[in-house]
Amino acid sequence: MRILLLVLALSLTACAQRAPTDDSLYRALGEQPGITRIVEGMLLNIARDERIARHFENIDIVRLRDKLVEQICVEAGGPCTYTGASMEESHKGQNLTRSDFNALVENLQDAMDAEGIATPAQNRLLARLAHMRSQVIER
Amino acid sequence: MQYSQWLGVALFSLCSSLAVADQGRLLATGGASSLEGAAGGGITPWAVLSGYGERGEWGADVFATRVETADYRLDVAGVAASFDNRVEISYARQRLDLGNLARGLNLPQNSLSQDIFGVKLRLFGDLIYGQLPQLSLGVQHKRQKDFLIPSLVGAQRSEDTEGYLTASRLILGGAFGYNLLLNGGLRYSRANELGLLGFGGDRRDQRSLLKEGSVAVLFDRHWALGIEYREKPDNLSFAGESDWADLFLGYFPSKHLALVLAYARLGEIASLDNQNGAYLSVQGSF
Repeated sequence: MRILLLVLALSLTACAQRAPTDDSLYRALGEQPGITRIVEGMLLNIARDERIARHFENIDIVRLRDKLVEQICVEAGGPCTYTGASMEESHKGQNLTRSDFNALVENLQDAMDAEGIATPAQNRLLARLAHMRSQVIER
Repeated sequence: MQYSQWLGVALFSLCSSLAVADQGRLLATGGASSLEGAAGGGITPWAVLSGYGERGEWGADVFATRVETADYRLDVAGVAASFDNRVEISYARQRLDLGNLARGLNLPQNSLSQDIFGVKLRLFGDLIYGQLPQLSLGVQHKRQKDFLIPSLVGAQRSEDTEGYLTASRLILGGAFGYNLLLNGGLRYSRANELGLLGFGGDRRDQRSLLKEGSVAVLFDRHWALGIEYREKPDNLSFAGESDWADLFLGYFPSKHLALVLAYARLGEIASLDNQNGAYLSVQGSF
């Protein structure tokens, strides 16, 4: 009996650990290739955006792209691991404003529009990013 | 140089400096212009402030609105400015053309006008970000300018001040994946037909606590479809005053232009019932 309980408990834990993650947003964004195109489109938009382009000078843009792709992949429920610094750490000392944050959101929206991402999928990703604003601005 | 030329130069330089304002808020978050000049929907204000200024930035708008019902026409024009996404000031001039009523009853005036001076203060919260919805407190001082008819039908005064508290929140993906805008407000007022028929009446001269609100779905960044509702007092015995409602379509092509087309159900106004009709508003933001 005790063994049966143990087996039951173990299998329940296993189930909990293997609970399938919802990757519908990841798929809606076009998986790894789609997310890469969105991130690259956003970074190109930012480079042309005189409101915030200066915040992206003198940084390793290839590394930034890779970390952003990882991060969006994770947020969208995709099979990735985020290997970058925390949001607080990576924005420390930049003193980003609320307006800077919104400018980035607009550049991301334009990039998603260019990729033909449906509005509900865009909104789901923006809702995930909106939660991070307090870890990004005014640091 | 003439005074008017000075004014022109001053206005031009003001507009030029506003035109380069940072506009740090997202599209449509400045709302349209309500009938009383405050940023909002059409018949109700929202908690958002005019223009697109974020912290430390200016925002401003100018607008013109026309409502055509079966027997009346309401024209409104006004301006609003906000600073720091914290405080908004506004001015609106309303003119109600009495049309059929003036001809039918041989009235001494064929229109009713009023000025509305408004202040709105964002108390806390944000439309989109953080835990709390945006909550704003507004005060409107209204001056009715053609008081003869209102006084004859029982209105008690030609100017008055009213307050309102309003909350707004955009729920990202809240309507089957589309963004959902919720607004709810409470107004403390005794204005008859917004104040066009004066303030207080023979039936009731106290201010009433009035509920107002709206719900809208944003199909993308540029288009919003929604409904509004506004409770109204009923202070005059000569005619009933109906609550107002409308169904609106808002279009925000850029941070400089907003258009609102609506079907408004305004019910009974000054004894004429079934005043339903079209509402069109154009707003420019800087």
